[in-house]
Order: sequence, then structure tokens, then C-alpha cells
Amino acid sequence: MSTTLLLVQVLNGLQLGVLLFLIAAGLTLVFGVMGFINLAHGVQYMVGAYLAVHYYAWFEHFGLALLAALLTALALGLLLEALIFRRLYDRDHLDQVLATFGIILFLNEAVKVVWGPLPLSLPTPEVLSGSFVLMDGLLYPTYRLAILGAGLLVAFGLWVVVMRTRIGMLIRAGATHPHIVSALGVDIRRLFLIVFGFGAMLAGFAGALAAPILSVEPGMGDNLLIVAFVVIIIGGIGSIRGAFVAALLVGLVDTLGRSLATDVLRLVLEPSTANQVGPAIASMLIYILMALVLWVRPQGLFVARSA
Amino acid sequence: MKRCVLSAAVAAIALAAPAAAEPVRVGMLVTLSGPAAALGQQAVDGFTLALEANGGRLGGVQTELLVEDIELKPDVAQTKARALIERDGADVVVGTIFSNMLAAVFKPVIDSGTILISPNAGPSIFAGRNCHPNFFAVSYQNDQNHEILGRYAEEQGFENVFLMAPNYQAGKDSLAGFKRHYTGTVVDEVYTPLGHQDFSAELARIAAASPDALFTFMPGGMGVRLVRQFRQAGLADRMVFLSAFTVDETTLPAQGEDALGFFGGGAWAPDLDNEQSRAFTASFEATYGYIPGVYAAFGHDAAMLLASAFEKVEGDVADTAALQAAIKAADFTSLRGDFRFGTNNFPVQDFYLLQVVQRDDGAFHTSVVQRVFDDHVDVYAADCSMN
Repeated sequence: MSTTLLLVQVLNGLQLGVLLFLIAAGLTLVFGVMGFINLAHGVQYMVGAYLAVHYYAWFEHFGLALLAALLTALALGLLLEALIFRRLYDRDHLDQVLATFGIILFLNEAVKVVWGPLPLSLPTPEVLSGSFVLMDGLLYPTYRLAILGAGLLVAFGLWVVVMRTRIGMLIRAGATHPHIVSALGVDIRRLFLIVFGFGAMLAGFAGALAAPILSVEPGMGDNLLIVAFVVIIIGGIGSIRGAFVAALLVGLVDTLGRSLATDVLRLVLEPSTANQVGPAIASMLIYILMALVLWVRPQGLFVARSA
Repeated sequence: MKRCVLSAAVAAIALAAPAAAEPVRVGMLVTLSGPAAALGQQAVDGFTLALEANGGRLGGVQTELLVEDIELKPDVAQTKARALIERDGADVVVGTIFSNMLAAVFKPVIDSGTILISPNAGPSIFAGRNCHPNFFAVSYQNDQNHEILGRYAEEQGFENVFLMAPNYQAGKDSLAGFKRHYTGTVVDEVYTPLGHQDFSAELARIAAASPDALFTFMPGGMGVRLVRQFRQAGLADRMVFLSAFTVDETTLPAQGEDALGFFGGGAWAPDLDNEQSRAFTASFEATYGYIPGVYAAFGHDAAMLLASAFEKVEGDVADTAALQAAIKAADFTSLRGDFRFGTNNFPVQDFYLLQVVQRDDGAFHTSVVQRVFDDHVDVYAADCSMN
């Protein structure tokens, strides 16, 4: 494999990582701060994508559609919190898993009722529809760079909010010492509501951003949810910084693994065997990575809670 | 006592009524939920169109259609298959769309002595060793769709072809089918995870390999994403895009102009040039508001095949041997024109190279480019011991 191809694959890996980060950030906050397992996070990503498609048909403007999708995703997150999740905070994890799994089933069917079972697509915004030559014969859409940029921007914004603002301080304190924060007169329920709504909005943002390069279809968030859980476990539950590093790591390992595993195996195995074994190993790599990290650092790469 | 007399009277009336008053029940087992629901819906719509055009009759026999959603779960499929036969008394079963679902319903349906007709799935095992007199595929043997592109690549003299498919049985069968008729160089074979989202890593490899053509099998949403990203990466201008089940009427609404000019293969396309096909496409689109794909056409053909058989046996579906012979005769006008069953009850038919085109009204569909196989018999027929 040439160096250029390797660099291209690194870029692809980073881009996948950034997308994963957007999903994992909300998940890790909700899981870390509230101790709440939200399996429905993946469908919130899907709903974000559907909303973007829907609003695009109305406004015929990508920016407006994105904004409207974000606001609706936020509203939906708050609604779900008020109607369902609020009642689950004090129950054990199994109840939470059961209830949020129910939401997955419900929303997956609901989008099919509203928008139909066929995959939908969202055009790339006009401004970003260009592309440039990355290597001989391969164009790289500008839009993918925009995703990369948007992801980094959100990561920076989150870091500022969590580390430098009062609400961020409360979130960090709430994650480690919820009872003391509560005793100090902070409305912990309202804090949870904010964190939850924000997490839902981030997932929706990721979905809307991904819509122009992926396809919008029922169940599109289900696979990503699993990978997002891998990310937050590797990164350390509740840690935004951990989620960022782990997301890039998982993105790189997955992308490079898929492009290199077969080639590497061909050095030691017959080509036909390598073709069979390579993809199987490639799809296991991120889980192997998770196992290794857990073995060396059971609490994940970065630790958010001290309790 | 009174009730006893009454029910005896009802029973007497029921027995005395002519057999024709009781409609023939056709059970349909298709996937109508999940991301792949559109394919099953097309099959149901195609069948229903034929039934309704004839006033609820097939071959002059009053017919009741019982549709069951088997999702994409073997256990659900088995339960629903049993329920159709034992509870609802289905006389004939039509199903399924997916090959793994066919494997699930095959035993319960065939063991009960009921005739099973597949409107799409045509896995190798039921075409070869496990062929059965009560099982008919009105569609094709799966491999044939991939063979079309292999043969075409061979005829075009493409020297290097890059192959890509999802990492599961159908994906492996696909690439094997392609290679059956292609003798050129396969520069690389890539298996992606099933349900793969972002193909950028694979596209970079394809660009680096710079083949004459890409052959791929990416059904459903995977195809939508691949076609889009392939176009965005600028590869569409550099190589020929050959595919099976990747650009069709179920995915084209989302792929749109990104798929324009891409090749697929099949036994039917909405613009296949014969009278019955033209009439079907027009009336289907008028009724259901979308352009029918091959799944709708085969659903329709399944209904027309049954109509011809019901007419032959004059509605007496209890005589399985007679019904079986009547179906095997395939005495109906298929949307594909030329149609007959081979020894293994799979069609012997022509296959075409298809290309994505845009209609004057802006809608996209696949269009027949050229005939690639004439009266094509699948390779597994030789393993089938039926005559």
C-alpha cells in the first residue's frame, strides 16, 4: 500500500472518528453524569437525519433545515425526558435498558409510518458540493472536510462548556457527587434535563450531518449505537475528553483495519483464505481494542468520576 | 337442543353448497417491516393488482389473499407459515423475498403437502439437491443475476475488475456467480460488513487499484450509500459500475442521478418491450403511484401463474398432483414473455443487462440495454433429481 493511500485512509478514519464523537459525546454525558443507560441515543441520531430531510423539503436550504432539525431534536429530547426517562432515573439499569429499547422499536417503526420504509437522501449543500483531488483519480468531497471541521468545533465548544462555565462545573460535580450538589441547593433534575436535551441535540446533529453522505433509513442508528458504547467505554464513562480520543482511535482502527487486515494476512496466508479471514478480523478489531484497554485500564483511558 | 338442530342445518347447507362458493386461499409470506419492507410490499402490490384486475378471481376461481409479515426473522417466518396452513387453511403459499426466510418456511410448508411458490428468493440449495415437486421459483436462481454482469464484463473484454460484496453468504455467492463467466483478472475482492455505512476506505482502495470496472452487490441502503459515495469520489467517470440488486426501482428514488448510467442485471425491467409488460407498468404506476421493480413484476407473474393453474384444475386445489402439473406447465403470459420451468422448477428464461435511465418526467428506472443470456438454465439444475 502506498503512502498516499495510507494518508487517505487516515483521513477517512479521522472523519469516521469525528462522527462517532458527536454521537458518543451525548451518550457519555448522559451515562456518566446521570448514570442512565440510554439505548435510544441511536434512534435520536436517526431522527435527526430524518428531520433534516423533512425540513430540507420545506425550506430547500441546508442551513435552515439543519437548524430546524437541531431545534426539533432538542425538543424531542426534552419531551422524551419529561415523559419517560425522568421516571427511570431511580430504577435499576435493567429497567432503563428495557424502556429505552422500547423507544428504539417505537421510533424505528414511527419513522417508517411517517416517511416510508425506503431509504431517503439529502443533497449536499450547494456551498460544499465541490471536491478536490486527494490522490490519483480519487476526489474527496469538500463536505466531508466540513464534517471533520464541524466535529472538531463541537469538541472544542464542549470542552469550553464543561471545563470553563458554571453549568459545566455543575455537570462535572453532578457526575461525581450528585447528592452533595443537590444538598447545596442545585436543582439536579433540571441539570439532568439540560444534559439530556443537549445530548439528544448532539445525536440529532450527527444524524443531520451524516445524511448527505449516508442514506437515511429506519434503523440507521442501531449499529452506530453499539460502536458509540465501545467509544465511551474505551474513553472512560462520563469523560468528554476520553470520548474524543477514543472516537478518533476507534475510527482509525476500524478504517485502517478494514483496509489493511486482508493485505497483512496475505503475507502469511493464501490469498483466498486471507480474503475470508481478513474482513472477519477487521470487524473484530475495535472490540479487541476495547478488551485490551479494559484489561490495562479497567476504568477507561480517562477517568471522569472519582467516586 | 335448538342450537344443535340449527348447527346441523348450517352444516347441511354448507355441505350442499357448490365447492366454488368457498374461495381458494393463497397465503403470502413476505417481509413487510424493517428497512427491507419495500421489496415485500412490491410483491404484494404486484399480486394484488392481478387479483383486482380480475375482480378477485384467479383463472375464474374466487381467490382470497392472506398476507403475513414474516419480518426478517426465521422463527417468526416458521410460526406464520404454520399458522397460514393450519389455522387459515391456505391452499397455496407464495413466499418469500429473502433466501434465508425461504429456508425457514420451506419445511413447514412443503411438509404439509402445500405448494410453495417463491416470488423472489432462489437459493442454490432448493435449485439443486433439495429441489422438490411442490416448490416453484417464479423468479430466478440467485446466482444468475450476478452471472449476467460476469458474462457482460467478459464480452466487453474488461481486463481488470474489482469485486466488492457484504461479508455474508449471499455476498460470497454473488462474487462466485460473477466469476463463473468472467475469466479476466480480479484485481481485488473486498468483503465489507453487512449494513456498511461509509465506503470511503473501500473507495480509496478501488481508486488505487484503478480497474476497468467495479462489480458489486450492495442491496438496500448499502447500495444507496455506495452509489452516492462512488459518485462523490469521482470514480463514476473513471470506471464502469456493474452491479446486482444495487440499483433498482426500490433504491433509485434515493439514488437519483447519482446512479445514472450505472449497470445492473435482471430478467425484467419496467421498459421491457412486450405488450403485457407495458400494460402492467402503466396500470401499476397508476394504481400505486410508483414505478414497479422486478419484485412487483414477479409478484404479478406469481398471480398469473396461479390463475393459469387454477383454471386448468377448475378450482379443485385439493388435488395437489394435478395442481402441481398445472403450475409446471406454466401456461400463462409472463411479463417476461418467454417463460418455462426447467426440471428443477426454476425458470428457464432470458436475462438482460440493465442500465439506469431518467424518464422525461424526471423519474429514474432501470432499462433493458441488451440480452446477455438466452434461455438460461441455472448451474444447480443438474444436481436436481426431478424430471
